[in-house]
Amino acid sequence: MNAQRFTVLQRLLHWLMAICILAMLFIGVAMVSTVMPKYLTLVSIHKPLGIAILVLALVRLVVRLRYGAPSLPADLPEPMKLAAQLSHYVLYLLMIGMPLIGWAMLSAAAYPVVLFGGVRLPAILPQSDSLHALLWNAHYYLAFAFFAVILLHIAAALFHALVRRDGVFEAMASVSLPGGAAPAE
Amino acid sequence: MPQRPTASSVLGSLAVIAVIIAAAAFAFAYTAGWLSPHRLTPDKIVDALTPPGVKVLGHRRNHAKGICFTGVFEANGAGSELSSAQVFVKGQYPAVGRFNLATPDPNAGDPTVRVRGLGLQISTPDGQEWRTAMIDAPIFPVSTPRAFYQLLIASGSKDPNAMKTLVGEHPEIGAFGAWAKSAPWTGSYAEERFNSLNSFIFVDNSSAEHAVRWSLIPAAKPVSVPPDELAKRGPDFLEKEITDRVHDGPQRWTLAVTAANPGDPTADPSKAWPEDRKTVEVGTLTVQQIEAEADGPCRDINFDPTVLPTGMRTSDDPFPAARSAAYAKSFDRRTAEAADYPRTAGATP
Repeated sequence: MNAQRFTVLQRLLHWLMAICILAMLFIGVAMVSTVMPKYLTLVSIHKPLGIAILVLALVRLVVRLRYGAPSLPADLPEPMKLAAQLSHYVLYLLMIGMPLIGWAMLSAAAYPVVLFGGVRLPAILPQSDSLHALLWNAHYYLAFAFFAVILLHIAAALFHALVRRDGVFEAMASVSLPGGAAPAE
Repeated sequence: MPQRPTASSVLGSLAVIAVIIAAAAFAFAYTAGWLSPHRLTPDKIVDALTPPGVKVLGHRRNHAKGICFTGVFEANGAGSELSSAQVFVKGQYPAVGRFNLATPDPNAGDPTVRVRGLGLQISTPDGQEWRTAMIDAPIFPVSTPRAFYQLLIASGSKDPNAMKTLVGEHPEIGAFGAWAKSAPWTGSYAEERFNSLNSFIFVDNSSAEHAVRWSLIPAAKPVSVPPDELAKRGPDFLEKEITDRVHDGPQRWTLAVTAANPGDPTADPSKAWPEDRKTVEVGTLTVQQIEAEADGPCRDINFDPTVLPTGMRTSDDPFPAARSAAYAKSFDRRTAEAADYPRTAGATP
């Protein structure tokens, strides 16, 4: 695919999900560290927001498969290309995997999964101590891994924007390019 | 094509990137409480519950000793004036619960534990659940979750003045202490009245809100038994008694919901409401069968008092949130330790 930028829909999904996922990770670590009344408020946001991220991630995956992505600069060193591709696979896996693990974890604990407006989701696993313990650990540790990968992703994006200035950052970041001309390598 | 940056501007850019990433990591660490050692976390409460040397692996971290029951809640329809929840629509709904003792020690002797509790889950055909965990004390010892944590720390402290200091800071404990000292003991779970203590909001069909507390009032007449007499009945007399008793016939409690008047202390479970408040008898809990906990139907239930059906929600009482957070932590730990508490009938707890 030869376009210089992601499609408008892809950019919209990226930035919307960026906000959702960062909010989600901060809400997650905040809620498990408090017993104050905000605990319930945070939990009541965490669940529906997680399901929203799952839906958005699935839409985004379909859009990505349909529209692809701008190719990376030809002069980008191979290890960086590999890192870029791998990190994006990891991000997709986590965007889809984390909400599913959370949902499965609540199911294995026989907790009702209540979304906004009292909508209840069905359990996707039977009650199970061992599965709950496994999924709880996965959800907990993958959250920190997710945040670390996001920090790496931001650092790489800024590296492209400020140091390499190779148009990779603009492929997702720019609202519009003057005259519609993309920076050529 | 943009100019390639100079070496010094590259260094500047890298510094900017490092600052941004460090700031994000710092914000995350702050949010997670890693920079706030004073924050009252669920881990701290659950840690404080377990006295050193007590074996708790696989068990609830409080109310650790218990026995399961199944039965039915029969709503008489009167509760619908307070809440739109289906559980109050006239009809019968399956109930699972657990009689328990307010102790972190799963092997505690029944005669040694002052506070007795009841966990209950009622399911309705609309797929919703009402979970509640109640105790036989009429009031809670302290006003806030932080004071409860301080109470746990003081109880486990070697400092002989720790408790005195706490009572000085939280004089509300006095009322609970007076109850513990003077209230009669009974020889049966079936003779206990169990109270929600916490206040919740019921929302009726016209969306009007009612601050409420509730109690299960036993049909069996409470018979006072002196503690020395109970001590002779053995370490598991409550579990044996309720098993035999229910075997001989179902045991019943009336569920009574009390509505607050404006100005009643809904946020403070250490304060009782005046006796004359409007109370609605909404139905009857019938306990039909007793089962050991190890492989019983209550074992895997976290009686989280914030699991509420539509038509009920939490109030300004800070305890249900704190209980939900701490119960979840207890559940996370015990499910991870399930192998230490074999799921076999007759296994010693």
